[in-house]
Amino acid sequence: MAGSSDLRDITIADARDALAAGQLSARDLTNAFLEAIEEERYLNAFITETPDRALADADASDARRAKGETLSPLDGIPIAIKDLFCTDGVQTTAASHILEGFIPPYESTVTSNLRAAGTVMLGKTNLDEFAMGSSNETSYFGSVENPWRRSSDNKPLVPGGSSGGSASAVAGRLCLGATGTDTGGSIRQPAAFCGIVGMKPTYGRCSRWGIVAFASSLDQAGPMTRTVRDAAILLGGMAGFDPMDSTSADIDTPNFESVLNNGVKGLRIGIPSEYAVDGMDPEIEFLWEQGKSWLRGAGAQLVDISLPHTKYALPAYYIIAPAEASSNLARYDGVRFGQRKEGSDLTELYENTRAGGFGREVRRRILIGTFALSSGYYDAYYLKAQKVRALIARDFRDAYAACDVILTPTTPGAAFAMDEKSDDPIAMYLNDVLTVPASLAGLPAISVPAGLSHDGLPLGLHLIGRAFDEETLLRAAQALEDAADFKARPGQR
Amino acid sequence: MSVDKKTVTRVARLARIKVPEDELDTLAGELSNIIGWIELLDEVNTKNVEPLASVSDMKQRWRADKVTDGGIPEKVTVNAPDLQKGMFSVPKVVE
Repeated sequence: MAGSSDLRDITIADARDALAAGQLSARDLTNAFLEAIEEERYLNAFITETPDRALADADASDARRAKGETLSPLDGIPIAIKDLFCTDGVQTTAASHILEGFIPPYESTVTSNLRAAGTVMLGKTNLDEFAMGSSNETSYFGSVENPWRRSSDNKPLVPGGSSGGSASAVAGRLCLGATGTDTGGSIRQPAAFCGIVGMKPTYGRCSRWGIVAFASSLDQAGPMTRTVRDAAILLGGMAGFDPMDSTSADIDTPNFESVLNNGVKGLRIGIPSEYAVDGMDPEIEFLWEQGKSWLRGAGAQLVDISLPHTKYALPAYYIIAPAEASSNLARYDGVRFGQRKEGSDLTELYENTRAGGFGREVRRRILIGTFALSSGYYDAYYLKAQKVRALIARDFRDAYAACDVILTPTTPGAAFAMDEKSDDPIAMYLNDVLTVPASLAGLPAISVPAGLSHDGLPLGLHLIGRAFDEETLLRAAQALEDAADFKARPGQR
Repeated sequence: MSVDKKTVTRVARLARIKVPEDELDTLAGELSNIIGWIELLDEVNTKNVEPLASVSDMKQRWRADKVTDGGIPEKVTVNAPDLQKGMFSVPKVVE
């Protein structure tokens, strides 16, 4: 097999086939990525690197293969895990000071599924603190850098967030794929910013058990990869019913990869008029037009649809998600685990611990959530937002009477420079304006790299599917990927 | 509505997060901006709309009422910041 720099460029599907054909060992593959991680530490994509564990995983995989006992198509595939998934015996921080040094004595269901599939864990990737952010600048362990630079000023750019470390690691060829989690766009927005594929499955497809909770009615794990096929393969290793999560869907996991070549002939692609907002970046508008013509060219039919409550999705989200976060994050009390800051009485211990342990954005969201849930404001804010959420879910249900998949851009623009938006919370929140509606409705959605901005930065197109119809979603994504033929890579524009 | 310093203090107390006096003004300003923006929702007619708490329209599952885990006190307490005699410790709460 070729040298290690070429190994870094292969896909999960290629690696799987080469491993199966005996042309490649999991150890060589793993070593190539461990070297890459070391070389590109400036990206700050990892909070914890686990080289010893990775090599042990790889050797075990090679030994299984020699005996003809491979566990799954993912056996021996080196991946990175967002540091929001609890990993038995490996520090799990959620990028927060309050969890610094926390070593879970248990394994999340998703990572446990991936271990049972034989994957190799390279390390735990950086993220926005408690997955709250759209630029990976709120991490206690420092900002992550996007491997892409814009041609005009060459400034360091954010990778998006919250799964910014995973996106940067996949785009920078530090792993074959990574896990992410998505609450309002945290897989899809960084995927778009870094020129990779990011998929949020249907709420309930992947177990939430053992994932540090942000907003439980929205959080969903998903794959981040360089191709649609890889996303299908990795999702297959992550998904599955889990009795430990009361919202886990008790349905079979289909063979997602098997449908990719079925094409989109006759598929009805919904184009929501409300996503064409005034002042939309002409580049994004052009990209969207291109996406439409690509799918039409592949035999799909375009249908105009209406999602009338689209513009209310973001403000509803910024009540619901912080409200759930304020409740979920009540557990960080400095008593049972995590950092502690003493106080003269119990209340002061709590107050000191939480003031010192949580960063600025996390504190802000807890306060908003607590406000929205507090007596006197609950009906006006929290209940109101939940009602608007019901209307948003209904919009999608109505729209799917006339279409099978919905096409929109993923983000309002390309990756921005570090510190460019970090002073204005609402400007930052607007990054998720196109991804949040599908989150509120619990629908599967995927971002596919589709073109470059005038500044040489990747832009993504976004597809939203019916609940538990990831197969149709992936078919459409494959058609987009084929037509877009996105070959650009960071540092090689 | 605009969120005043008094409301920030009350909410911070409820959330058990200490906010230094000199940060109250900034926080009140930030929260007012965010809440003001969220009030866009007032435009939406939600009369007779049931609030949606969860998108999973599946029924809650029943399970057998039996112990499935336990007997692992060391694992449960292994991350405690101040473990004393195998127990979590807190400042004295009863005189």
